Amino acid sequence: MSAPFETSFARALLDTAQPIPSGITAHNAAIPTGRFAVYRNNVAVSLVNALKSRFPVVEKIVGEEFFAAMARVFVLERPPRTPLLATYGDEFAAFIATFDPARELAYLADVARLEAARTRAYHAADATPFGVAEFAAVDASAVGGIRIDLHPSAEIVRSPHPIVTIWAMNSGERDLAPIENWHGEDALVVRPYLDVDVRLLPPGGAAFLLALAGARPLGEAAAAALADHPEFDLSRNLAGLIGSGLMRSIAVAEPEKNGLL
Amino acid sequence: MAIIANLPARPGVGFKPAHFRDIIAAAQPIGFFEVHAENYMGAGGPPHAQLAALRERYALSVHGVGLSIGSMQPLDRDHLARLKVLCDRYEPESFSEHLAWSSHDGVYFNDLLPLPYTRQTLARVAEHIDEVQTALGREMLLENPSTYVCLTESAIPEVDFLAEVSERTGCGLLLDVNNVFVSAKNHGIEPLSYLESFPLDRVKEIHLGGHDEGVDDAGAPLLIDSHGSPVAKAVWALYAQVVARAGAIPTLIEWDNNVPDWRTLCGEAIAAHDILADASRASAA
Repeated sequence: MSAPFETSFARALLDTAQPIPSGITAHNAAIPTGRFAVYRNNVAVSLVNALKSRFPVVEKIVGEEFFAAMARVFVLERPPRTPLLATYGDEFAAFIATFDPARELAYLADVARLEAARTRAYHAADATPFGVAEFAAVDASAVGGIRIDLHPSAEIVRSPHPIVTIWAMNSGERDLAPIENWHGEDALVVRPYLDVDVRLLPPGGAAFLLALAGARPLGEAAAAALADHPEFDLSRNLAGLIGSGLMRSIAVAEPEKNGLL
Repeated sequence: MAIIANLPARPGVGFKPAHFRDIIAAAQPIGFFEVHAENYMGAGGPPHAQLAALRERYALSVHGVGLSIGSMQPLDRDHLARLKVLCDRYEPESFSEHLAWSSHDGVYFNDLLPLPYTRQTLARVAEHIDEVQTALGREMLLENPSTYVCLTESAIPEVDFLAEVSERTGCGLLLDVNNVFVSAKNHGIEPLSYLESFPLDRVKEIHLGGHDEGVDDAGAPLLIDSHGSPVAKAVWALYAQVVARAGAIPTLIEWDNNVPDWRTLCGEAIAAHDILADASRASAA
């Protein structure tokens, strides 16, 4: 053998137009189409199921049948490159954005991005969030210079669509209702302890957190957030930062280097 | 090889997170839990919190589904390294994998695919198992597969293939009795004749699970190893014959799809317990 055997078998698994590879038979001399189909079916269905369990809200929005058909196209085009199926589907949102039959649902890809971030947060490294008391102990004159290391599970998903509301309504967190005021929403996904939280960020909040994640000091991050949105409210965002368990640690700059606030 | 597989000769259950609260709420009549290795390779979060809690209370079997030992291509070294991290962290009583392949040219198929049994594939599988046992510093158990097709290249009976791999590498065997039943029916042979020459002295764990019944293009029975239903009566009977012959062996109930409530799953484990107890009494008498 048998690398050629494996190669032809592997190719026929994902391409149903391929004939059944040679060298495959059955004891009863039946044409083994139905038998080989068991393998094809196991591969496609198990991978579609992996996507179903990772993207339940996308499935709820489009329905089981549509989701299965869409996921099957993705599976056959982009099968996993790793046995860690928890990471499979990181590219599913980008695929949805180009999937023509879903074009009318312009927000769907962003909802998928939110769901993908939730799984990453679920499996992210554990870290005990930095507490209120430690933050309060920082000298007021040094606050602008501190750098905040965000929790390893934290991700920000920005969208021109109300993805947090859509997600909440379709995951059972909120009742389904028509969305009157259609506007963009930025989501924070974080798992400070065992439960993954999805939070709606206030105006400028995403720019603020992204600047902090980029290792910029608090004062600069606040300025970036204000530039992003004039309604940015620093104290509200700081309270959110602490209250949502979003900080892993802080580093206070040397006093002489710190002239920002 | 440093660490030898030593699960307790009692019933075990494949762990499902949906059962975690029920399992932890009280002592369970379960000798060990088994987890799929690939579900515990993330950095942190609830999977590790649950596994650590289980591990504290019960013996543990780590069962890999993604190493692709039966492939002619090299093992995925990154994956092997992840298995090593997992085994070092949780120190399971057993690590097992399948006589099958699941990856090719970097694509992972998430299914246990068949290989032809030849001198060449036997040498390759033995090399892979040596590599795994060396990397992990522990014995691994190799599981017999469910198969749906015959491969014309095959020249060695599956039982002889498994026996020789075990002899060459020192690995133990995981006898999946449902797989024996499924494969035998799919290939028109009697399950008992498959088991006749099976090296039961090398078997350190048994798997029991449910299967689905279908038919092939010629209308012949085609059973599918689906792990989505109770263990079939005929499989229980076959299992009783195995343990009557071999004595009590750690026995896992696998139920991975349409997962039932904990009480139902536990009921399957209790049924295995009763058969194991009969086997123990018989061998003591």
